[in-house]
Amino acid sequence: MIRFEQVNKHFGKLHALRNVSLNCEAGQCIALVGPNGCGKTTLFKSILGLVVPDSGDISFDGSTLIRSHLYRSRIGYMPQIGRYPSNLSIGQLIYLIRQLREEETQADLELLEEYHLESMFEKPMRSLSGGTIQKVSATIAFMFNPSVLILDEPTAGLDPLASEILKEKIKKELAKGKLIIISSHLLNELDELATQVIYMQEGEIKYHRDITELKEITGETMLSKAVVRMLKQASYV
Amino acid sequence: MYKVLRIVLADILKNRVLLVYTLLLGALAWASFLLEDNSSKGMLTLLNIIILTVPLVSVLFSTIYVYNFNEFLELLLSQPLKRSTVWLGLYAGVSLSLMLSFFIGAGIPLLIFQLNTAGFMMLALGILVSLVFVSLAFLATMFTRDKSKGVGIAVMLWLFYALLFDGLILFILFQLSDYPIEGALMMISFLNPIDLARIMILLHLDVSAMLGYTGALFFDFFGSSTGILLTFIALCIWCWIPFQISLRKFKKENL
Repeated sequence: MIRFEQVNKHFGKLHALRNVSLNCEAGQCIALVGPNGCGKTTLFKSILGLVVPDSGDISFDGSTLIRSHLYRSRIGYMPQIGRYPSNLSIGQLIYLIRQLREEETQADLELLEEYHLESMFEKPMRSLSGGTIQKVSATIAFMFNPSVLILDEPTAGLDPLASEILKEKIKKELAKGKLIIISSHLLNELDELATQVIYMQEGEIKYHRDITELKEITGETMLSKAVVRMLKQASYV
Repeated sequence: MYKVLRIVLADILKNRVLLVYTLLLGALAWASFLLEDNSSKGMLTLLNIIILTVPLVSVLFSTIYVYNFNEFLELLLSQPLKRSTVWLGLYAGVSLSLMLSFFIGAGIPLLIFQLNTAGFMMLALGILVSLVFVSLAFLATMFTRDKSKGVGIAVMLWLFYALLFDGLILFILFQLSDYPIEGALMMISFLNPIDLARIMILLHLDVSAMLGYTGALFFDFFGSSTGILLTFIALCIWCWIPFQISLRKFKKENL
């Protein structure tokens, strides 16, 4: 569904993406892990067209997505840090964003209900806590029923209850055969969701494996331990 | 573009800075008309205030607003929208709201006390100067990702056009006072949107009779309909070019 071919990106001297080749298919839930500053967010932004690669190509359903914009109607993006115009209220924001895509008649407002955001519809964005802003971001990402979901550290800042609601929602969408890409540092949380793992380091994809396969190779049952063991093995080779 | 504009307007019209700006302009305009016995004197006071505050507020407010809008821009661009649509929507939103502030603050008293050519001239030029400085602000934000540097560039731009430029002109004038440079001087004033607006308004006030020989020359050119037309075209170019450069940069920018 999304395909990276030899993608390179430089920011000045920083080589943010090194020869990234990648193939993501519908029905997969991919956990993107790696240390801070390894290029996870850059990878996401290049799927969204916010960052244009220096070389290589990224395609969405077979056609290149570079300098195109319509494909984005099928992507839901939840940013790491959401910041919204401070004087808008939650209700206004959601209404205005829905206006951006008039063709969607059926909006998926399940998260809105589950998070009880309607009771806060009048509150301006500037008065919201970090967690509530995350809830709004999640609602917006899932709102248009996209076939690809890109979630950049979705559960960071959410309370346990809220992150459980989000995980249930992710599972539900995954069951519908969507492609979900999640970056997170909380490997235990990803354990129950992810079907595949991508490990990135310094802009390079170190490995891209099936979770079951990864656990078999390393002989570990926990994703977090398997990821670490895989790294150790790789460095010995 | 219209949908992006709606989002920007919904947010910006509740902005406190903009409200204060409107009230300040209103207070200054009403005061300068009511406190002077002669409305022409009031115009002169108002001109001096407007020529300094309007560009400053326009350039600073827009720069800061665009930087604060940055993360939300990313979210907008993850929607199926073109980059040019988003940038144009943002520009339209910021400039419309500043225009509205100027109209409510200074425009209404102008229309009440000066319902004549000079009054309309000042209204139109105030709006155009606002637009020019919004364009310059958009250009400034494209030069650096760092907010404090961007605001620094914006302030420098204002300082240059509002104060330094005239200092430079005076310097040239003194150095070359033996030569007939009035014609060249007129052309140089096209390089500064604030000067253009100032000259245009001054020439439509009664005080222009006291400007002397150079003033008479300026009057010949800027007072004629060609001069007025050229001034307005020049100011439109001043809006258009910085915005176009910023748009080009924005299309290629890594966010």
